Amino acid sequence: MSTSTGAARTGRPRKSRAQAPRRSDAWQRRLPLLPALIFTIVATQIPFLITIWYSLRSWNLLNPASDVFVGLSNYIEIFADRTFRQVAMNSVIYTLGCVLIAMVLGILFALLLDRKFLGRGVVRTLLITPFLIMPVAASTLWSVSMFNPTFGLVNWFLGIFGIPAVDWTSSHPVVSILIALVWQWTPFMMLLILAGLQSQPKDVLEAAQMDGASSLQTFFFITLPHLRRYIELSVLLGAIYVVNTFDQIYLMTAGGPGTSSANLPYYIYQRAFLGFDIGQAAAMGVVVVIATIIIANFALRLIFKGFMSTEQN
Amino acid sequence: MSTTVQTQTPSAETSEPPVRRKRKGGGAGSAALTLFTWLLALGFFMPVLWMVLTSFKQEADAASNPPKFFFTPTLDQYKAVFEAGAGGYLWNSVIATVVSTILVILLAIPAAYAVSIRPVEKTKDVLFFFISTKMLPVVAVIMPIYVVAGKLKVLDNIWTLVFLYTAMNLPLAVWMMRSFFQEVPREVLEAAQMDGASLMTTMRVVLIPMVAPGIASTALICVIFAWNEFFFALNLTAADAATVPIMLVSTMTSEGLYLARLSAASVLASLPVVLAGWIAQKQLVRGLSMGAIK
Repeated sequence: MSTSTGAARTGRPRKSRAQAPRRSDAWQRRLPLLPALIFTIVATQIPFLITIWYSLRSWNLLNPASDVFVGLSNYIEIFADRTFRQVAMNSVIYTLGCVLIAMVLGILFALLLDRKFLGRGVVRTLLITPFLIMPVAASTLWSVSMFNPTFGLVNWFLGIFGIPAVDWTSSHPVVSILIALVWQWTPFMMLLILAGLQSQPKDVLEAAQMDGASSLQTFFFITLPHLRRYIELSVLLGAIYVVNTFDQIYLMTAGGPGTSSANLPYYIYQRAFLGFDIGQAAAMGVVVVIATIIIANFALRLIFKGFMSTEQN
Repeated sequence: MSTTVQTQTPSAETSEPPVRRKRKGGGAGSAALTLFTWLLALGFFMPVLWMVLTSFKQEADAASNPPKFFFTPTLDQYKAVFEAGAGGYLWNSVIATVVSTILVILLAIPAAYAVSIRPVEKTKDVLFFFISTKMLPVVAVIMPIYVVAGKLKVLDNIWTLVFLYTAMNLPLAVWMMRSFFQEVPREVLEAAQMDGASLMTTMRVVLIPMVAPGIASTALICVIFAWNEFFFALNLTAADAATVPIMLVSTMTSEGLYLARLSAASVLASLPVVLAGWIAQKQLVRGLSMGAIK
């Protein structure tokens, strides 16, 4: 960024003179940042450090005497834990599945909304509503009103086409949760993609049309490349939230049957608050954090680079 | 760098060409597409509609097979929800949401200033630090928070939630406010400083009024996330500090399958955020993209 006016005004013939105002200037700049920075560090980094400490101990809440230093043995146990691998896989399925399906639907909805028609505002309002419904309410809505085997709306609807009733949340727990997740996250994708569509330069689209491009060609060669960074951004932001999914699993299946529909956050919660095994749960938390940071930091820098560089001109 | 929030304006201003573009598809095709869009939207909205309908039913009508679309509406379920003590939960949610949002804004404004208008060195690292805390899975910090809160005797205390919701929304708010600050013309601020205004005065008199809409949309996003938060509330509250999501869960577990009452509670729980989101649709986009999409 540009050098500050303060430093520029006080000439700098000698080093010692120039550095004093520079340093105080730097602190003046930092000062407004400090409250938020310190607050965030205290609230997020310190607990995480304590989690690392817990992860090196064998501590069961029900047995205070168990609190001893065990080194890395919690970590070794995790990697031998079949269930951990299975719920990690579920986490990937939920996150990728939800983000990708919601993105495809979101693009479809956004394209439908990107034209003038009667009641467009109402339709958009209807379509964003699932995102605004409290996730706990949406979860109970899906698990009870929609997926209930006897009076649920889904089975009734399928029954019209002669499809026999299914006990959704017990026979297809992962699919059920995925449906509820996609329903909530599609509007998120739609809104971001719609903003991308509406930021398209109209003259380019017209030029393409003049040149005789079909609407399908226009979509694949002009619209989609333009949308690319919007898609990347929405996928990343959506994934940050979806990977932490808890409410739907807690309320729709409680991770069951067994642990078949649990994801990492739910499994760790189970180990900590139902199994009282703090050491193990903490070690899993640390593993999840490290994995998330590696994946997300890489993606983040890549994606926000585009938006930040255009902002700064 | 335009300051206006642009969603539909471009097509409205250059009204001619887009209209011509649409005519090409022909009236019938266009009408069919509109009909398709409407059906899709109604289908997608159906679960919400069903929840609202169910909330006005008697339990017998709610748990019927086949589902009843026509029935005599009643407010009994809403009455029952309030008689079961919804007021206390609502009040806790209001405190946790409103106070945490105010704190977030108070902390985020100076911080955003320090990463936009008069930036500290390593601004990018600071920004990435903030957003990386959003990626920290909450479940990885819940155990120490639970233990420490227990030692400090602040379990089941609404101020614990206020503190945590502030931390949860702060990174988001810093990013959003930064994007609004970047749209403020530098000359205006420099002019104020030339006139001898102090930093605080410049902020209060010049900057804050200019970014007031930005503050509003940042607050909206914070309100949505705080109001809907469930995980901390579940683990850190019991009888005294329980918020609205906890009310829903306890309605579900203690009452068994009282579908209509559960629906009424769900409608009440969702209503504030749904209304806010409907009213502020445009601000929603910018907030959800952390200020990246204008």
